Amino acid sequence: MLSIDLPFLPPRASEQAAQVDYLFYFISFVTGAATLLVFFLLVLMCAKFRRQGSADRTPRILGSHKLEIMWSFIPLVIFLVMFGWGVVVFDQGFQAPADAEEVYVVGKQWMWKIQHNDDNGTREINELHLKVGQAVKLTLISEDVIHSFGVPAFRDKIDVLPGRYVSTWYYPNKAGHYHLYCDQLCGTGHSQMVGWVHVMEPSEYDAWKDGKRPQGDGPTDGSLAWQGRKLFLKLQCSSCHNNKGRAPILEGIWGTTVPLKGGGSVVVNEGYVRESILHPKKKIHEGWEPIMPIFEGQLADPALNLSEEEVLVRLVAFIKTLGPGQTPVRTEQFPPPIGAPTEDGGKK
Amino acid sequence: MSTISALHTTNHVKHAPHGASHGPANYLTAGYGWKSWLFTVDHKRIGLLYLVSVTAFFMIGMAAAGLIRYNLIDPKGMLPADLYNKVFTAHGIVMVFLFLVPVVPGVLGNFLIPIMIGAKDLAFPKLNLLSWYLYMAGAACACWALLSGGVDTGWTLYPPYSSRSHTNVAPVAVGIFIAGFSSILTGLNIIVTVHQMRCPGMTWFRMPLFVWAMYATSLIMLLATPVLAVTVTLLAVERLAQIGIFDPKLGGDPLLFQHMFWFYSHPAVYIMILPGMGVISEVITCFSRKNIFGYTAVAWSSVGIAVVGFLVWGHHMFVAGEGYYLAMVFSLLSMFVAVPSAIKVFNWTATLYRGSITFQAPMLYALGFIALFTVGGVTGLFLATLGTDRHLHDTYFVIAHFHFTMVGGMVMAYFAGIHFWWPKITGKMYSDFWSRIAAILMCVGFFMTFIPQFIAGYMGLPRRYNTYPPEFQVLNVLSSAGSTVLGFAYLFPFTYLIHSIFYGKKAGDNPWGATGLEWQTTSPPPTFNFNYEPVVTEMPYEYSLATAPKPTFSYSSNGEAVKEEEHTHVH
Repeated sequence: MLSIDLPFLPPRASEQAAQVDYLFYFISFVTGAATLLVFFLLVLMCAKFRRQGSADRTPRILGSHKLEIMWSFIPLVIFLVMFGWGVVVFDQGFQAPADAEEVYVVGKQWMWKIQHNDDNGTREINELHLKVGQAVKLTLISEDVIHSFGVPAFRDKIDVLPGRYVSTWYYPNKAGHYHLYCDQLCGTGHSQMVGWVHVMEPSEYDAWKDGKRPQGDGPTDGSLAWQGRKLFLKLQCSSCHNNKGRAPILEGIWGTTVPLKGGGSVVVNEGYVRESILHPKKKIHEGWEPIMPIFEGQLADPALNLSEEEVLVRLVAFIKTLGPGQTPVRTEQFPPPIGAPTEDGGKK
Repeated sequence: MSTISALHTTNHVKHAPHGASHGPANYLTAGYGWKSWLFTVDHKRIGLLYLVSVTAFFMIGMAAAGLIRYNLIDPKGMLPADLYNKVFTAHGIVMVFLFLVPVVPGVLGNFLIPIMIGAKDLAFPKLNLLSWYLYMAGAACACWALLSGGVDTGWTLYPPYSSRSHTNVAPVAVGIFIAGFSSILTGLNIIVTVHQMRCPGMTWFRMPLFVWAMYATSLIMLLATPVLAVTVTLLAVERLAQIGIFDPKLGGDPLLFQHMFWFYSHPAVYIMILPGMGVISEVITCFSRKNIFGYTAVAWSSVGIAVVGFLVWGHHMFVAGEGYYLAMVFSLLSMFVAVPSAIKVFNWTATLYRGSITFQAPMLYALGFIALFTVGGVTGLFLATLGTDRHLHDTYFVIAHFHFTMVGGMVMAYFAGIHFWWPKITGKMYSDFWSRIAAILMCVGFFMTFIPQFIAGYMGLPRRYNTYPPEFQVLNVLSSAGSTVLGFAYLFPFTYLIHSIFYGKKAGDNPWGATGLEWQTTSPPPTFNFNYEPVVTEMPYEYSLATAPKPTFSYSSNGEAVKEEEHTHVH
């Protein structure tokens, strides 16, 4: 890979970062040249056309449309090139590859709670461990005010809003430790809402993951979907969302477009699932009665040390993976995955 | 029109008797005592009221800036986190709403617009006084809120943080709301004045470019400020009545606030910079003894900036969640708004060509403006471009960029204007030597303060951090050192300008040999601006004609002004 490093550049840990840098060099070069041209002309004019004496006569020059058109048109073309190139680079931030691993980030005053969607249910705070060569997609939400998840080494930043999922993705290509910042003023601890992104070589990363696993045969938290399944049972979602016809069956519903009562339709994604749990009456699936209670403010689970948003993330992850015939009715019908806790054995 | 003239007649009658016994009658000798100032309807006196008040707020804002730079000397921070948040919020709110927005319209606009178009006053002199009172009321409210308990949300007041913050958000919102009405009324007054009060021969395309710039600015003040008023009102309502507008917890949408806030606050940066651009056109032409290069282009570019400036607010929200396609549209429109600014810079530079250039303080400030504004302008391109903004947004790069336009641009232009028209305003001349030293020192201090911030920004240092990673300390200390030089430089004009009022030599009516109606009347001008009926017969900036006025300075052989001469009053 072509690599040009200049002093005063932050470390660069992804191909996206390199793309941003090349665009930055281009704009720096063009605007630097233009600025120097203006400076040079100013100095030249001031030196050359200094007042010589009281006999000075200046020519009456009123302007030149030809010149004005030139110095409007040329900058415009250059600006449009910047715009186009900028769109191309920006665009890459929106298309996570299909094989990207999923990480959920919940921001709150003043920490980042990070949840890997692996079968360990690995959780971290203010630290994010990533593997070189493994794309990762982040889904982020805030519990309180607006935060912003910024990693200069990836040249990436995204505002993390309360009440709404946003996402971004990285493709780390260089091992190292990189700053993680909150970039949106969020109160007293704003400048403490910082951490590290650790990009590791694959072997190192796997060893780290193993280290997060409980010792011996002890139960792990299980994957996010598995935890979501437990919560799905605990919250008794399955008493209605089953084949008895009180509420829609959620199997295979992810990614489909469902018709809404009163017209229109909606794609079943993270945002719609979250909204339907918190405020079920906002968008009602055509053909169903609005009988589901509002769950906003009811979901936090202190026993599991989970906030409302963290519970939602797990329910979303579960519904995302829910296939035909997999709606749990009673736990024992479906044995837990290897290493995951059973409903009663998992609790301390 | 008839009502306007009637109003004038009334004023005339009311004020004419004053000052007859004090030497040559002028607006300063027209009345004495506090009542003659606080109840004046003379646009020049109101301009001076603004001058005193914006100077006071500038100093408050500067003190806050000093505390910010003091805090950042050490990576662990020198101030407690909450205090630091309140300090930078105070700096932002005071500088934006109480200094940058009103400074040129309030001081120079008030003083100059009627004289420049040959009118006796603004269209609504009493409304003009009301504007100042509203401004002072809003400022008092905001300053009380900021100094008594403080506000910790940043000047941008983003909810839901501002919906929940336990600090004085509501009182500051009220302050901004009231001050906003001052802006609206000033804008209205200027628009009507320019339409209705031009003297015989003063056609639209004979107006000085400062008037064009102020006209464009006034359009923005009139059309955008109400949206700000609505926005802060909604914020206050949400806080006080817990009605969900912006806070998702109450069912609101935080992005709605950002759209509304920037719908005002982006055009507001043009409220801040356009008047400065107008000043520069006046100064550059005078000190190079040339016609402006491309009058029409410079005039229309002001209007162009004002119009397109309304369509680019979304470029503050590229990473805020406004959506991909919206971001693309706003990025494209932002590129278009950069063009008229580029035109102005090139046209000013071309104006110097084959001129007879002298370097008195106003010109040094103006040249400093062009240099610093160019840097400020081109660095905006990094932020208007989507790919790079993703990295630079909310870092020190943004801070450096807008300080280059607002301080390097607007404040320099304001100083250029104050130095240019000071002899007209006071009738006195300030120290040539010290004013030039101050201009140069300001440029040096400014570069030292803000160039390191571009670098820190690209390295990723976020805004509004009380503490920061230690690798940024060198850059921060450099910046703080620069700000000391800058702050010191700002004290110079304060000193020598006040000194000049008491000890300065008489300036004469037209020390710079400038064209323009304001230089044809006496210094200081009489209460109704002219002792005769002004008539305009030519374009502005006719410095190349043999009939152009000559500077009353004496120059040494190397072209430098050596000493202001004593002038006797002609009138």
